[in-house]
Amino acid sequence: MISILGKWHQDDRKSYRKGCPQFFIQDDRLFEKWDDRHVAFLKHEFLRLKNAVVLWTMHPWERDARLMKEALVKGPQAYGVIIEVASTRSSEQLLGARRAYHSLFDHSIEEDVAYHINDSRRKRLTKIILCIEQLLVGLVSSYRYEGPKVNEEIAKSEAKTLFAAIKNADKKNPIEDEEVVRILTTRSKPHLKAIFKHYKEINGKNIDEDLDDELSLDETMQCLCTPQTYFSKVLGAAFQNDADEHAKEALTRVIVTRADDDMKEIKEEYQKKYGVSLSKKIEDAVNGNYKDFLLTLIARGE
Amino acid sequence: MATLSVTEDCEQLRKAFAGWGTNEGLIISILAHRNAAQIKSIRQTYAQTYGEDLLKDLNKELSNDFERVVLLWTLDPAERDAFLANEATKRWTSSNQVLVEIACTRTSQQLLLAKQAYHARFKRSLEEDVAYHTSGDFRKLLVPLVGTYRYEGEEVNMTLAKSEAKILHEKISEKAYNHEDVIRILATRSKAQINATLNHYKNEFGNDINKDLKTDPKDEFLAILRATVKCLTRPEKYFEKVLRLAINKRGTDEGALTRVVTTRAEIDMKIIKEEYHKRNSVTLDHAIGKDTTGDYEKMLLALIGHGDA
Repeated sequence: MISILGKWHQDDRKSYRKGCPQFFIQDDRLFEKWDDRHVAFLKHEFLRLKNAVVLWTMHPWERDARLMKEALVKGPQAYGVIIEVASTRSSEQLLGARRAYHSLFDHSIEEDVAYHINDSRRKRLTKIILCIEQLLVGLVSSYRYEGPKVNEEIAKSEAKTLFAAIKNADKKNPIEDEEVVRILTTRSKPHLKAIFKHYKEINGKNIDEDLDDELSLDETMQCLCTPQTYFSKVLGAAFQNDADEHAKEALTRVIVTRADDDMKEIKEEYQKKYGVSLSKKIEDAVNGNYKDFLLTLIARGE
Repeated sequence: MATLSVTEDCEQLRKAFAGWGTNEGLIISILAHRNAAQIKSIRQTYAQTYGEDLLKDLNKELSNDFERVVLLWTLDPAERDAFLANEATKRWTSSNQVLVEIACTRTSQQLLLAKQAYHARFKRSLEEDVAYHTSGDFRKLLVPLVGTYRYEGEEVNMTLAKSEAKILHEKISEKAYNHEDVIRILATRSKAQINATLNHYKNEFGNDINKDLKTDPKDEFLAILRATVKCLTRPEKYFEKVLRLAINKRGTDEGALTRVVTTRAEIDMKIIKEEYHKRNSVTLDHAIGKDTTGDYEKMLLALIGHGDA
């Protein structure tokens, strides 16, 4: 594209405009105007590379802080990003992000999350949103124990508690159950993995399959226990034909934020789930420097 | 390399344990006059020299109140907070106050260090233990309080202070003390912001918020809310009151007395003593002298004089 466009004279560019009525519309004032949607589209595509590079060069703490802030501002459809960041990072990484948040925004992440969601609740007045608020505040405030020690008895009993709450879902939404929120927002990841295991023994299914997908409980559980499953799902959604902008942005976010962490496991999971390698998918679906950048990132460490 | 004085301290402490009984006076004269960093050095050197943990030896040799005050004092401040917090999670609701104290009077950094010490010692997080051992309204308040990593800057948003003062007043008037907004404001806002909000509350509505929170003196949740407010805004007044109640109580509440003295000796004991004198017309030294005896008394007095030493 650069080699072609860069060489065009004024007349060449004018011919281009006249020859592409789908991009340029003849205006009353005698010039060929860019169709707004296409300008926006082009800007978007160029923006992707810029966003990817900027995000990649940032300190991981600043990156996570900014991702969460952006998600807060966007509103409920983006809260999944907050869950993602709060649940897939290690305790020290999340703590770093909280520190960076102080520096960048002069507030704590917990006060902003509590306030923003609270604010939207005022407009919509639902109890469920309140519960989501408590879940999110709990998740961003967590400073989980990172050692391997797990009390199997308690894990077993908490698996039963979760099972009971899920069974009771038609009478009371699990997210309204304070025990469910307690377990998800305070227990260590090894402990949660033990719960995952015990749950499967009790019920024969994975707990995230049983959790309601409308309220992000399943995502939360996945992020905490099997992040690769969550990330490969998000990547899969980004490549769908009907993917919206939010879903597409996830491609940059996931690859940039996981390139140094568990990208290898995510690639394996993606391959398993979709039957094609992530690199091949990116090769086919993405263009230009943005594509090259992504491929370079996911090839790191190989 | 331990300095000569640290080596000397270790030798003296070892001597204090030697033979029958214990030379408590010697223990007091050394430990009460060392700060946290020095005590850390002593513990390390003691362990290297004698192959034993100083704390274990103290535990063996001392008893009751005296032991507890020495033990608590010898712990690193973060370990001390972790220890006290853990103890509090296992007791009844009256110990919730200790959790509020730790969560609200420490700086964000001190609270963080306490939580790290908690991980190391108890192999669980403070949040999960607090959540597990509490329920209902207490859990709703305490878990966010211990979980929060407050912004420590001095910036204040006056518009926000006004609107949040209004929200607090509204909820309190409706007796909705456990309302999410009340908890959100107290648990997440920076101390500077909360101060501004509560000042505005008083300006606008006439009363200190704690006065409005006193509608039912027997309500434990209200008591915890009041403690939260006080710890966040006027910790020295909060501690003065704890000390006053501990001393005036028939028989004395040594637990509270020990806790306040050991946790504040290096922080703001001087200011607390001034508050105490102002409020009680006698000095804290005098009150402690009257109310306690023996080595326990000596250790406490040495510690509250610590800043002046």
